[in-house]
Amino acid sequence: MSVDDRFTSDASTLRSDPALGTFSEIVSGPVRDWATDFSHTGEEWARGAIGIWDDLRQRCPIAHTERFGGAWLPTRYEDVAAVAYDTEHFSSRGIIAGNFRPPRALAPVGGTPPISSDPPFHHDARKLLLPAFTKNAVGRQEESTRAFCASLVDGLAGRDVVDAAADYAQHIPVRVIADMLGFPPEDGPRFRRFVENALEGIDLPPEERLARSSRLFEYLLVQIRDHLEHPREDLTSYLLEAELHGRKLEPAHVAGTMALLLIAGIDTTWSAIGASLWHLAGHPEDRRRLVAEPGLRPRAVEEFLRAYAPVTMARLVKDDVTWRGVEMKAEDWVLLSFPAANRDPAQFERAGEVLIDRQVNRHAAFGLGIHRCVGSHLARMELRVALDVWLDRVPEFSLADPAAVRWSTGQIRGPRALPLRIG
Amino acid sequence: MRISIDPSLCQGHGRCYDLAPDLFGADDEGYATLLVPDGRVPADLEDGARLAAANCPESAVLVLRDAVTEEVTR
Ligand code: HEM
Ligand code: SF4
Repeated sequence: MSVDDRFTSDASTLRSDPALGTFSEIVSGPVRDWATDFSHTGEEWARGAIGIWDDLRQRCPIAHTERFGGAWLPTRYEDVAAVAYDTEHFSSRGIIAGNFRPPRALAPVGGTPPISSDPPFHHDARKLLLPAFTKNAVGRQEESTRAFCASLVDGLAGRDVVDAAADYAQHIPVRVIADMLGFPPEDGPRFRRFVENALEGIDLPPEERLARSSRLFEYLLVQIRDHLEHPREDLTSYLLEAELHGRKLEPAHVAGTMALLLIAGIDTTWSAIGASLWHLAGHPEDRRRLVAEPGLRPRAVEEFLRAYAPVTMARLVKDDVTWRGVEMKAEDWVLLSFPAANRDPAQFERAGEVLIDRQVNRHAAFGLGIHRCVGSHLARMELRVALDVWLDRVPEFSLADPAAVRWSTGQIRGPRALPLRIG
Repeated sequence: MRISIDPSLCQGHGRCYDLAPDLFGADDEGYATLLVPDGRVPADLEDGARLAAANCPESAVLVLRDAVTEEVTR
């Protein structure tokens, strides 16, 4: 067996030295005015983001904040789409808006290709992943996903009140992605912590965030070495063998893409499943209809994705620019709020209502343009199967304590505590 | 009625092949393909064609009424 000398050094070589990035001053505390001082990291946002966007769309459609070293928040569909399509002015080098900006030298590859990549590199990095995530390819995970969801429901037996976020929704994407990457299923609880570090904890001190993220790369290196010794039919072995422009991938590319796949699919899908169950728990007429009419479920899933879209992305402004009337500075963040776009009345009829049989639904929950979610077919399958199994097995459920429902802060929005009374 | 896909816009969201699997398929990377010759839509599948066009997030599905009238909806 030949040794792959790409992975003989320690985990710190798998990513660029974060010290080369820039840190902005951490500004916390209550928001004074959402139009000029917004923050996506506080409890107020967690509880009321939808109302905040609706308000801003009317009075200040491109809101600003001095926090995070400067950031913008467009809330109209039209503006969100324009940013997503405009890779001239906006870079994906940073996609999690906070007080850390990745080193400029990382562009156009970024730390976690392809989500962090800009053209022209982006296209090729993305192309590597597409075949594994087509609708057909992810269909192969459906049976095992269904069996796993059923086993989770089995585990709820005998209880009147369960936490549908923590006891059900959370586990599904963790298991699916562990299987696809070929990681031990019992490592699931660790993935949760990796995700939390990457996506939440935005206002933690930089040293703390960096220490936490090095643990992720140490873990990935262990998995990589294990796969080099025992290659198998999974995404990790695929990435280790994959070639780009006639050469095997750079070690940082392999590890960065693995980190992305691990992180991108977990909180997002968990949030989508949780938000759908939350809606149904509070709307018995919709719940009864979906229990009785399984054929309607795929359409309802699209409406839940529109109305409770879990994912807001970010971009970094490349150079100073006057953009649609506002003065953006180089290195400002722009939050790319697909959730706000999805609730714009200029784009959707009855935008503020959840209509589970909505026919025309051109929502942007999986993004727009070149970065369209690579995992969208996988996520749709998980969401559909998770709801199928739940509705068939637990047709009666309601919110056990509406005040105890807790929504996440940050860019991925979904219920993190969701106590439901079942049966 | 005829349909076509604008490959410069299609990003492989797959709404078309979810909603109208008799008209649209997917290639190895998930981008949409046409399953009907020349994009000619059999009369009983016209609703499916309209539904696909109305749900494509990238507005990449074009529905053309008869070539003469040139009415285009995306
Ligand atoms: C309901 C669940 C999900 C939602 C709402 C969602 C949403 C998104 C969005 C909005 C983007 C665009 C990012 C941008 O424009 O910068 C994206 C990108 C991406 N997502 Fe997802 N995602 C979900 C689940 C998944 C899953 C399950 C995976 C796979 C494990 C995944 C993998 C990716 C990857 C690899 C990208 C980067 C694509 C690129 O940059 O070309 N996602 N996702
Ligand atoms: S729905 Fe639109 S973007 Fe998606 S595959 Fe079909 S044509 Fe392409």
